[in-house]
Amino acid sequence: MKLDELTKGLFKYNPIFYLVLGLCPLLAVSTRVDNALGMSLGVLFVLVGSNVIISLLRQWIPPEVRIPCFIVVIASFVTIVDLFMHGYAPELHERLGIYVPLIVVNCIILGRAEAFASKKSVSHSLLDGIGMGIGFMLGIVAIALIREVLSTGAMTIFGYTVIPGFTQTPAMVMLLPPGAFLTIAIIMALINYKNIRRERR
Amino acid sequence: MDNLLAIAVGSIFVNNFVLFRFLGLCPFFGVSKKTSSALGMGFAVIFVMTCASAITWPIYTYLLIPFEIEFMKTVTFILVIATFVQLIEMVIRKHKPSLYKALGIYLPLITTNCAVMGVALLNVEEGYSLIGSVVDGFSAGIGFTLALLLMSGIRERLELADVPKSFENLPIAFISAALLALAFMAFSGMRL
Repeated sequence: MKLDELTKGLFKYNPIFYLVLGLCPLLAVSTRVDNALGMSLGVLFVLVGSNVIISLLRQWIPPEVRIPCFIVVIASFVTIVDLFMHGYAPELHERLGIYVPLIVVNCIILGRAEAFASKKSVSHSLLDGIGMGIGFMLGIVAIALIREVLSTGAMTIFGYTVIPGFTQTPAMVMLLPPGAFLTIAIIMALINYKNIRRERR
Repeated sequence: MDNLLAIAVGSIFVNNFVLFRFLGLCPFFGVSKKTSSALGMGFAVIFVMTCASAITWPIYTYLLIPFEIEFMKTVTFILVIATFVQLIEMVIRKHKPSLYKALGIYLPLITTNCAVMGVALLNVEEGYSLIGSVVDGFSAGIGFTLALLLMSGIRERLELADVPKSFENLPIAFISAALLALAFMAFSGMRL
């Protein structure tokens, strides 16, 4: 029963493809798989942390000022991630740039706080945070994988070559902003296509 | 002294907030179905971005730097912006009901618009002066409005087009955004 809260974020209500939330970091940092991994780990941490704290405080937060309260909790966790990344992964921090502090305005996190954590128990909110965070990770890594392989013809994660270069003329456009929009458009269309076929049957 | 023209052209065309930096995508896809609402949202964003740049710059320079608490910028900026948007909403509702009718529903959405937070952070990162920050905020808002208007024009036409069923709504909007971004790539490398 409880496991539902964890698994619903992965596929059924995937925050990216089903709820269409958190588009900005999704498209901006999905140029490389390791950027995407770093970003989504940060989002996962903030999401789980803020879900738990907000769920703990839900009886004491007056409904009129709930949004500012949520924002303070979320911003504190984002600052932790920012400082941690700056200290332990300075290179990644440099590449992600302003998108690390911008996790604070990621609609997934505020959305989950508002729609879920402020109403449900701590354990449910914890599972929901983990599920949604991993769902976001799956989406962003999938997009980054497509973009990195197509734009460089190779894939390296944290210095390790996973896929060696297989082409001399990669499609540079996938690295640029248009490639990001194209990738997500085609993935969403494929999901729609699958759903339409299932309904017809 | 910052080169104001370079800042303005950079924020409107070269590093367009929506199509190059991917900031403010939620309203970009959410409010771009009709030109009239796109225009309303655009004006609200221009106004809030300009004011947010003007407010966050002194706070960062005269409060956070002297006390050496620059790492608090995320918390400070988001609170200042959220408070400010709320304040504007109240003032406009009281004194300019007609304006409130036009912009009112868009203002709460702007609080969590990453473009506003993004412009405040970028100003600090680039080290602009106060005037530079305000110009950057204003022209970033113009760039956002430009992209939003173009997009809403395209989407109004798309209503009539015969789109494959699985591409309906969002996927085709993403494809249009890709083509728009491709067109804006022509501005890259422009130097002033």
